[in-house]
Amino acid sequence: MSAKIPLRALFALLAAAVLSVGIVACGDDDETPTNGGGGLIESNPDNSGVQITVGSKNFAEQYILGEIYAQGLEAAGYDVSTDLNLGDETIALKALKADEIDGYPEYTSTALTSFFDTKPEDVPADAQEAYEASKADFAGEDLVSYPPAPYNSANAVGTLTSTADELGLENVSDLEGQSQDLTLYGSPECRQRPDCLVGLEEGYGLQFKSFTPVDIALRYPVLDKDQADLSILFTSDALLFTEPDKYTILKDDQGLFPAANPLFIARQQTVDEAGPDFGEVIEQVQQNLTLQVMQELNARVEIDKEKPADVARDYLVSSGYVE
Amino acid sequence: MAEGEAGVIAAALSLAVPLSSVLDSFSGAIEFIFQQRQSELESGSGGTQVGGLDQVWDLMWRHIEVSVLALAVSLVLALPIGVVLGHRGKGEFLAIAIGNAGRAVPELALIAFMVAFVGVGLVNLTIALMVLGIPPILTNAFVGIRQVDRGAVEAARGMGLSASQVLRKVELPLAMPTIMTGVRTAAINIIATATLGPIAGQLTLGDFIISSSVYGSEGVLAGAILVAVLVVAVELVLAAVQRLLTPRGLALQRAGAGA
Amino acid sequence: MISYLAVELGGALTLAQSELGEDFFRDRSNPDCVQRNGAFCFEWAADNLVDRYLTPTLQHLVLVSVSVALGFVIALGLALVSHRRRWLTPAITGLTGVLYTVPSIAFFVLLLPVTGRGTDTAIIALTAYTLQIIYRNAVAGLANVPAEARDSGRGMGMTPRQLLWGVELPLALPEIIAGLRIATVSTVAIATLAVFAGAGGLGAEIFANLTFKTGIIICGGIAIGMAIGFDALLVGVQRLISPWRRVRPV
Repeated sequence: MSAKIPLRALFALLAAAVLSVGIVACGDDDETPTNGGGGLIESNPDNSGVQITVGSKNFAEQYILGEIYAQGLEAAGYDVSTDLNLGDETIALKALKADEIDGYPEYTSTALTSFFDTKPEDVPADAQEAYEASKADFAGEDLVSYPPAPYNSANAVGTLTSTADELGLENVSDLEGQSQDLTLYGSPECRQRPDCLVGLEEGYGLQFKSFTPVDIALRYPVLDKDQADLSILFTSDALLFTEPDKYTILKDDQGLFPAANPLFIARQQTVDEAGPDFGEVIEQVQQNLTLQVMQELNARVEIDKEKPADVARDYLVSSGYVE
Repeated sequence: MAEGEAGVIAAALSLAVPLSSVLDSFSGAIEFIFQQRQSELESGSGGTQVGGLDQVWDLMWRHIEVSVLALAVSLVLALPIGVVLGHRGKGEFLAIAIGNAGRAVPELALIAFMVAFVGVGLVNLTIALMVLGIPPILTNAFVGIRQVDRGAVEAARGMGLSASQVLRKVELPLAMPTIMTGVRTAAINIIATATLGPIAGQLTLGDFIISSSVYGSEGVLAGAILVAVLVVAVELVLAAVQRLLTPRGLALQRAGAGA
Repeated sequence: MISYLAVELGGALTLAQSELGEDFFRDRSNPDCVQRNGAFCFEWAADNLVDRYLTPTLQHLVLVSVSVALGFVIALGLALVSHRRRWLTPAITGLTGVLYTVPSIAFFVLLLPVTGRGTDTAIIALTAYTLQIIYRNAVAGLANVPAEARDSGRGMGMTPRQLLWGVELPLALPEIIAGLRIATVSTVAIATLAVFAGAGGLGAEIFANLTFKTGIIICGGIAIGMAIGFDALLVGVQRLISPWRRVRPV
C-alpha cells in the first residue's frame, strides 16, 4: 500500500486526540456526594431502602458486566438483585420497560441500530458521539443512558486461520463469489440485525450456502468442529486474545459492523429514586474496562469456567473499588 | 379409545369458554401461521420476513423429518431386542430399569451433552432423540411379550408351531397393544424433545419458541400450537395403527371386559 | 473503515488507561483440564461441586417437590370427584391430557406474559404436567378395588366416607403411588427446562455454560440421581404405608 506513511501519521494524530479526550473524560465528575473519582465505593445509608434489579443479555461478557454494575451498586448501599441471562436485546429492553429489571448493560451501536432505526453506516465511530446520539432517543422512552465504558466490541465475521489462508480471505468483501459455498453460523437474532446477517446480505450483497442459528456460546466450537465455515464472533472475545493464531477476523471494510461500547441503561424512575450515587457508581466501576481487561475477564468465565460473580468481584477488588 | 377422543373434544370445548378472553392472542397466532409479516422489533430496522405457511411448513417438515428418523432407528434397535428378551424371558430387570431410566433423562442435559461432546447437527440431534425413544419401546416390547397368556403359547406349541412361529403368530399379535403404547410414548417423547432442536443447530418448530424475539409473541404461541397439533395428529394416527394391528379377537375381548 | 480504525485504536490504547497491573492477566499457555474443556475434570468437580451446584440443585428440588405435591393434591381430588360422578372421567382425562400435550418449553414461555418470570410460573406448568398421570392412575386404582372388599366394608356398616378412606384408598394406594413415581421422575427431567421460565434450577446452570463438558455431566448426573432418589423414597413410603402389598414394578 503506497499510502502507508500518511496513514501512520493519521493514526498517530487520532491516537493523540483520542488519548487526550480519554484522560479528560477519566477524571471528570462534578457533584460527588459519596462516590465517584476512582477510590473505594462507600456505602451510603440513604441508599439502603432502594431496590434495584440489574439484568443482562445472554452471553458471558454480559453476565460479567451485569455483575460488575450490580456489585458496585451493592457496595454503595443499594438493595441489589440480579436477573442475568434474559435473552437478546429486544427481550432485555422489553424486560426493562416492563419494570422487571431496573437497568442492564447495552451497547451503543446495538441501541442505535436495533432500537432507534439507525443504519449501521451512520453509527458514529466515536463512543461519546454514539452515546449522545442515543441519549435523546432513550429519554423519549423514559430511560436514562450513561456514558460508555472505555472498550468497544463489534460483531465480526470470523473463521479459522487455516480456512482464511486457504480461501484468501482478509476482508469481508473477499467473500464475494465464494460465500455461496460457505456456511455461516450466528446467534438467532443475527437474522434480523442490520449489523449481522442483514448487513451481510444487503450491505455486502453476500449469499451464504446456509445460515444456522446457534446459541452464542457455540460460536467457537462450531468452527473448531469444522461444522461452520464462518461464524459471527465478537472482537472482545477471550479466545481471540488467548489463541490469536487460530482464529482470524475478516476486516469490516465497508464499515457495516460498527464498534460498540457498553453503555448502561436504566429506568428514569429508578434513577430518580436512587439518587446521585447511582450514576456515579455506574460510571466509576466501568473505568478500568479496557479491551485487554475485558478479554481477560471473558477468558476467566469462558475458558477458566469461573463464575461471573467471582470474576466481577475480583475485578472490582483489584481495581480498588470494592474491598 | 373412542371414549378418550370424545373426552379430548369435550375438554377442548370446555376450555374454550375461559379461553375466550385469550382468543385474541390465539387469533394472532393463527394469523402468524398463515400470513407472512415483517419481523417485529422495537423499531423497524429489522429485516426478515417471518410467519406464513411456507416458513411454518418448512419448520414443521424439518421437525417431522428428524422425529421420524429418530423413531425409525429407535424401533429398529429396540423392538427386536425387547421382543427377543421377552420371548426368552431373560433380562427382566434390565428391560424395566431401562424404561425407568429413560423417563429420568433430562432432555436439555442430553442435547447439551451431545452438542458439547460431538457438536451441532442432524445426526447428533437424532442420537439424542433416540436415547429418549428407545426405553419405552424396549420396555413395552418386553413387558408385552411377557404378559402374553401362557396358555395361548402352550396351546400353540401343542399344535406343533415352531418357536419363531409362536412368536410371530401368537405372541406378537397378542402383545401388540402394549407394544404400540410404547411406540406412541416414544413418538411423543421424540416430537416434544425435537422442539429443543435449535439448540443443536437444527431448525424445528421449536425455533418459533426459542428464538422468540425473531418471531414475536404471536410466533411463540403459534409454535406451541403447531407442536401440540402435531403431537395430537401423531397420537391419532398411531392409535389408528394400533387398532389395525390388534387382532380382532383381542379387541373384542377387551371391549367386553372394559364395558 | 472508520469503525475498524476505532477497534484497532481501542486495542492500542488499553494499557495506558487501565490501572490493573500485569499480574492481573493470567498465563494460559499451559491449559489445565477445565481450560481445555476436557471430558470430565474430577479435581474441578470435587472442588466446585457444592459451591456451584448446591443452589441450582436446591432450586430444582423445590420446583419438583412443590409441583408434585400440588399435582398430587389436585389430581387426587379430581379422581375422588370423578369416582362418584363417572361421567366426568373422560372430560377430566381429556383436559389433563391436553395440558400434557403442550410441549414443556412452550408452556413455560406461554405463561411468561401471564404470570411473569420466576419460580411460580415454572411450578404452574410443572404441576399441570403431573396431573394426567396421577389422575389416570388414581382413577384406575379406585376402579380396581375388588367388589368384595367394598361389599365387606358396607356389610360392616361403613359410611361412604369411611369406605373411601378405610377401604378404597388404601387398596388403590399401589396404583396411585405408581403414578406418583412416574410423575416425579418425569418432573425432575422436565424441570431442567424451567430455565425458560426464568426459574433457575439445574437447567439454568447448563444453559449458562452450554459448552462446558464437566458441568453438563454434573448437572445431568444430579438430575438423574435426584430422580432415582425420589423414586426410591416413594417406594419406601409405599412400603411404610401398606407393608402387606408388594411394590409393583412400574
